[in-house]
Amino acid sequence: MSENVARSDTRDTELGRPLVGAALEDTWATPSGFWGALSTVDHKIIGRRYILTAFVFLAMGGVLAMLIRLQLARPEARLLSPDRYNQIFTMHGANMMFLFAVPVMEAMAVYLVPLMVGTRNIAFPRLNAFSYWIYLAGGLLLWIAFALDMGPDVGWFAYVPLSGPQYAAGKRADIWAQMITFTELSALAVAVELVVTIFKQRAPGMTLDRIPLFVWSMLVTAFLVIMAMPAIMVASTSLILDRLVGTHFFNPAEGGDVLLWQHLFWFFGHPEVYIIFLPAVGMVSTLISTFARRPVFGYLALVMALIATGILSFGLWVHHMFVTGLPRLGESFFTASSMAIGIPAGVQIFCWIATLWDGKPVYKTPLLFIIGFIVTFVIGGLTGVMVASVPFDTQVHDTYFVVAHFHYVLVGGAVFPLIGAIYYWFPKITGRMMSERIGRWVFWLIFIGFNLTFFPMHILGLQGMPRRIYTYQPDMPWSGLNLFASASAVILAAGFLLFFVDAFRSARYGPPSGPNPWDAPTLEWATSSPPPSYNFARIPVVFGASPLWEQNETLAVADGLRVDRRELVVTSLVAAKPQAREASPRNSIWPLLAAISTSVMLIWSIFSPWAVVWGSIPIAIALIGWFWPKGVPEDEA
Amino acid sequence: MKERVVVDLSRLPLHGLGSASVTWWGTLAFMLIEGTGFALVIAIYFYLMSLAPIWPINARPPNLFPGTLVTLILVVSVIPNYFVSRWAEQQDLRKVRIGMVVMSLLGIAPLIVRAFEFSALNVSWDTNAYGSIVWIMLGLHTTHIMTDLADTLVLAVLVFTRHGRNLRRFGDVQDNAMYWNFVVVTWLPIYGCIYWVSRL
Repeated sequence: MSENVARSDTRDTELGRPLVGAALEDTWATPSGFWGALSTVDHKIIGRRYILTAFVFLAMGGVLAMLIRLQLARPEARLLSPDRYNQIFTMHGANMMFLFAVPVMEAMAVYLVPLMVGTRNIAFPRLNAFSYWIYLAGGLLLWIAFALDMGPDVGWFAYVPLSGPQYAAGKRADIWAQMITFTELSALAVAVELVVTIFKQRAPGMTLDRIPLFVWSMLVTAFLVIMAMPAIMVASTSLILDRLVGTHFFNPAEGGDVLLWQHLFWFFGHPEVYIIFLPAVGMVSTLISTFARRPVFGYLALVMALIATGILSFGLWVHHMFVTGLPRLGESFFTASSMAIGIPAGVQIFCWIATLWDGKPVYKTPLLFIIGFIVTFVIGGLTGVMVASVPFDTQVHDTYFVVAHFHYVLVGGAVFPLIGAIYYWFPKITGRMMSERIGRWVFWLIFIGFNLTFFPMHILGLQGMPRRIYTYQPDMPWSGLNLFASASAVILAAGFLLFFVDAFRSARYGPPSGPNPWDAPTLEWATSSPPPSYNFARIPVVFGASPLWEQNETLAVADGLRVDRRELVVTSLVAAKPQAREASPRNSIWPLLAAISTSVMLIWSIFSPWAVVWGSIPIAIALIGWFWPKGVPEDEA
Repeated sequence: MKERVVVDLSRLPLHGLGSASVTWWGTLAFMLIEGTGFALVIAIYFYLMSLAPIWPINARPPNLFPGTLVTLILVVSVIPNYFVSRWAEQQDLRKVRIGMVVMSLLGIAPLIVRAFEFSALNVSWDTNAYGSIVWIMLGLHTTHIMTDLADTLVLAVLVFTRHGRNLRRFGDVQDNAMYWNFVVVTWLPIYGCIYWVSRL
């Protein structure tokens, strides 16, 4: 039918509402079947895939964590060999940081940001498809290597000289380094897409002070990715070069330096913490506002806190290196800056409390997770202030105190809001509600299980238990608390298991949600659940920060776009005034081909430097195929 | 939800140039990523230098000739590059075609001289940390010349096809010209480090 509806240059104004939908569906839909799945550039399909893959990695990393707890439950355990244990804690850390935490946050943004700013697809949708395939390839590389007993065993930050050519024979450290290249490449690609989507594809009228806070948080995060991730790519590349072709970056005998590695790693590694945490902060602000039934208190303060945190995060990296013998003055500076970042964190906490205080909170599962976040994150923040102090850090460095601290800030600070966010946005993504009853069970199991598992680790650390030991002797005073933590981990795991069961069950049998089940104020709730391939039949027009609360009867929209080609609105950076009816690329298989050829080159280059020369040729061909105009309406201008 | 039409978008152009173009912003973002990369290798250079008792470590400073010649070619290339970008803005296809051919040649020329630069460093990448970092700096910049050259060549072919007369293509030419400026500008501090800091 729509074949004859959508001749060349058909406008939505010429068609009635049902016909507009049909014609847009014809233009934007991803064909069903295998080929359609491989060539899609729909941000919702890719975002869903990204989220699902990241949660699979979370589950696999969780299994590793349980193995660690099983091994440490009693002294002198022989369940895992020391070598296997080294691989397992390295895999757990690397997997959780690089394959779960960062990608899942960007994945949520890939799905949500285009909907929240009121556009039809993310900027550079083919790059988006490419980034997912690269991420998947990086994850497969790491896990297949682990299955082949080639998993990295040098810790998730792979300090030299342990990871250098002298002490890490074989390819295990290279697998780690190249997995970094894969995941950072995909993260950088998504960061560029997000920056441009947020800068240039916001709905008309969505000025800077009307951008939803989750979108603001992703904008700051994307800039952190852009500025921080090159450091780890430089580091991992120079590590591979040291190992493969005999450069001497980290070899003190030939003028290199091992601390150079730590500087490069943590110049990335500290912002990385905020790359994980800031999106969670955005989720918290969004959810609190919906469930407190009022716009968030202190919008400007929250935005400023996001930006301040982003900037300060680049001035903290040396606090990971307090025991390396750096000059005293430098240590004092980094102590001060580490404590300073507590200020924007505090501003945010008080804004959220004020929002809840002044609102009429509805205690649904998502809000429970947010409150759990506030409690847990404050504890993690307090131990953060403690380890920012050099004398204290010197005592607890590399002990379970630090393990407890960073699990409190990462799980409490990022995973709790994330699970809350899944409960919140699940109906948008699937069109079905998750179970409120099971959700409460999930929350209490995870919250109690988490605190019982990790709080004792503070004490273990103060008692001197070093991290990364595969076992301990019976005469150490550690066995009681370790057994307690291991037993509590079962509660935590049960919570996650129940969460996965609920998600799978609800995706099929959950009650239909309708477009806006929570009566939320932001644009993603203005379209159906799940949204159609084109997101919005007509682009929304925005007059305030909470559009659906301000115009709850009828939504202001714009028309005049073509329906026979993929078209969206480009608006100006600050005022979001319409500038162009820009085309958005069609589905294409080339991003997959480019990702395959890039993966071949990167993995090959672990073994031979010539891979970079010969492997670049297929990449160049794939990129030319990708960008060459195909004479479709989207190429018109 | 009911809808109320308040804005008519039908008169907007099909593509914007400069800051109205998403690819322009994308190019800027990639420049920020790569600029950070360049800043980092320069930081590593000075970090290693601060640790070394003598610099360069056990090597003569690089010979000036090939590197300076590359610098001259790159700096001169900015002039035709500026004009190509202007012609693209004026959508003058004939001049853009000529300009793209010229810029292709000006992309190949520094690469040829660059081949001699590596041997003029007077040190190998596996001699010591000094050799490693200067090879990385030069290598990193060479990859940028090569990728931009590949982009320029493909675009040069494209502007001679039926896809040439298109606002989108003129935007591509402008973005490509902007990226070439970036390749030239990032070279200058690297040139200064490799050839002149080593002589201090």
